[in-house]
Amino acid sequence: MLNRDEDILKAAEDWHKAGHGVALATVVETWGSAPRPAGSSLVINDEGTFLGSVSGGCVEGAVVTEAMDVIESGKPKMLEFGVADETAWNVGLSCGGTIRVFVEKVG
Amino acid sequence: MKLEILHELNAERAARRPVILVTDTENGEQRLVKAADFARDPLRTELEKQLRMGKSAGIEAGGRKLFLNVFAPTARMVVIGAVHISQALAPLARSLGYDVTIIDPRTAFASPERFPDIPLIAEWPDVALPPLNVDHYTAFVALTHDPKIDDPALLHAFERDCFYIGALGSRKTHAKRGERLRAQGARESDIARIHAPIGLPIGAVSPAEIAVAIMAEITAQLRLPPKEKEAAA
Repeated sequence: MLNRDEDILKAAEDWHKAGHGVALATVVETWGSAPRPAGSSLVINDEGTFLGSVSGGCVEGAVVTEAMDVIESGKPKMLEFGVADETAWNVGLSCGGTIRVFVEKVG
Repeated sequence: MKLEILHELNAERAARRPVILVTDTENGEQRLVKAADFARDPLRTELEKQLRMGKSAGIEAGGRKLFLNVFAPTARMVVIGAVHISQALAPLARSLGYDVTIIDPRTAFASPERFPDIPLIAEWPDVALPPLNVDHYTAFVALTHDPKIDDPALLHAFERDCFYIGALGSRKTHAKRGERLRAQGARESDIARIHAPIGLPIGAVSPAEIAVAIMAEITAQLRLPPKEKEAAA
């Protein structure tokens, strides 16, 4: 019963209907002071247009890039972002938290 | 996510019916579980808990890593009576994430000056309520003390199975209310659902304190498991 990202899943459906390749990224786990709770999502289409958020804006760019691969391959991916994880990812969360983001293709 | 699942998920959300999307985060397998089907689901305990908390979370079940994504409708609050308590209750409920609507046919009470930014309907409940689509995810609070306004509103709340129904008034006032509602066809089980005297017993005196007592009672009704809920009521 919380306010949720109402239009994100609607956009996912609409974009797919319009013939776009679409991926959905969802925060599935958080540690520390993560900016967005589990269940927060970001929808991305094959043009790189996106809606929603999985962090305060720190890692969306990287998620969009990964989502392009997922749209291409159709295989889901688990991404992990955190300050301590800079060797794997060039982006980190300024707040010091860590998040795991599940990226999947729609359709 | 399969298109059928996404389509069904959006349809359930639009209809304000709670669902949980279960995803195996290792292989991407998914299924959508409607709240009505929780009871016969192998994960029922976890599903019920997460829905009650309104919180998405990862779990491990049968050696699989699953993510339970909870889609619960936004809670609403309908307040009958643009009274002093409502002036404290409406902003408080809003801060807890409720969409609040206030109904009072008395235009002197239902004035925007008294309720800045809160949706107000200066109509009788029989006119104001039907278009609101009051549902289970609605906390329904009757505060006018006027049977002509509160009673028809409460009958509507019974019909729509609101998760919380509360009405202002002493035990004596409430006993009389029960008689009136019974005469209008309300069932005993409906009348028993009314929280009256309204609010948790915290010794509230001022309108703002009464608002806190009401909001606490609503929160308990929303979040506590059924057994503890009975104890708190």
